[in-house]
Amino acid sequence: MDSNASSSSSSASGRSLVSAKVVVAGGFGAGKTTLVGSVSEIPPVSTEAVMTEASEQHDDLSSTPEKVTTTVAMDFGRLTLEQELIMYMFGTPGQARFWFMWNDIVRGAVGAVIVVDSRRLADCFDAIDYFETSQSVPYIVALNRFDGELPYTVDQIREALEISPEVPIVDFDARDRNSAGNVLKTLLRYALSRPRQPDPVG
Amino acid sequence: MRNRRSRRGRIRPYTFTGGRTRSRHPLLVQTLVSAADANTEAPSTLPPEAQRIHEMCRETRSVAEISAALKIPLGVTQVLLSDLADQGLVYIHPTITGHSPSENQVLERALRGLERLFQ
Ligand SMILES: Nc1nc2c(ncn2[C@@H]2O[C@H](COP(=O)(O)OP(=O)(O)OP(=O)(O)O)[C@@H](O)[C@H]2O)c(=O)[nH]1
Ligand SMILES: [Mg+2]
Repeated sequence: MDSNASSSSSSASGRSLVSAKVVVAGGFGAGKTTLVGSVSEIPPVSTEAVMTEASEQHDDLSSTPEKVTTTVAMDFGRLTLEQELIMYMFGTPGQARFWFMWNDIVRGAVGAVIVVDSRRLADCFDAIDYFETSQSVPYIVALNRFDGELPYTVDQIREALEISPEVPIVDFDARDRNSAGNVLKTLLRYALSRPRQPDPVG
Repeated sequence: MRNRRSRRGRIRPYTFTGGRTRSRHPLLVQTLVSAADANTEAPSTLPPEAQRIHEMCRETRSVAEISAALKIPLGVTQVLLSDLADQGLVYIHPTITGHSPSENQVLERALRGLERLFQ
């Protein structure tokens, strides 16, 4: 009865399906979509969200509470890890003006990968600030070296990004399937190793 | 090499338009949904988008996949799915977040799945 796996499950046989999500964040052009495409069993899909700015309370400089609506695209891929266990990888929009989307993409994620172009470290500061501040989702850093030599040691990079010693930093090639898959394995191992408290989805 | 700490706190609180669902079901972008009864047509009184969503739910799919395939923005898709679930037309599958240690078993299964797929 369950020979057809998830794609054609009838409502009766598919009830035990569960899904999980990993977020792929990082600077503009760092290799997020490439990572998702390397591991995904489907070509990365793009979808749109219409966003409305809720308030500007966190912005010290502005006091105008005007609503702003923007349409942004995000892409995602899928991995069937077991017949009834599906993982989605969601890429955040790389441009800084789209950080506001992150809350909705990130909510309920098992973990996040911050893809860093090792030639342009500062581009990932927003992403690291976000995950460090929100503390709700474990993150690791994946250095995409774009063919070249790493211009710094991993220790120097950790220092520049000011991330704590327990956060894994892996060096990878976003175009390589196993290399990108290894990043996901590192993330899940890290997520499993972290102490957690029972805490409902919110 | 520039370092990070000087600039922070500029993350603005935006939300999906209409993203707040009335439903108790957590409907995240990765959440899988399927028609409660794959052989039943959606009531013709439903809005056309909801009918198309219900039609797609004959096979289990994620909220994001439905949004992408039907070109309906995510927030709108979430609201329509939430209404369909409230009417008992659509079943919402559980989502693993890893936030609670009770989910460790599933996370370990996920890790083993990754280990099988990638060397
Ligand atoms: N040579 C080389 N090119 C890469 C590598 N990773 C990504 N690229 C290329 O770099 C460009 C940007 O990669 P994307 O994966 O689109 O980056 P992104 O982070 O999704 O970009 P945005 O979504 O626009 O922020 C693409 O042309 C990729 O083909 C790499 O490891 N080496
Ligand atoms: Mg991209």
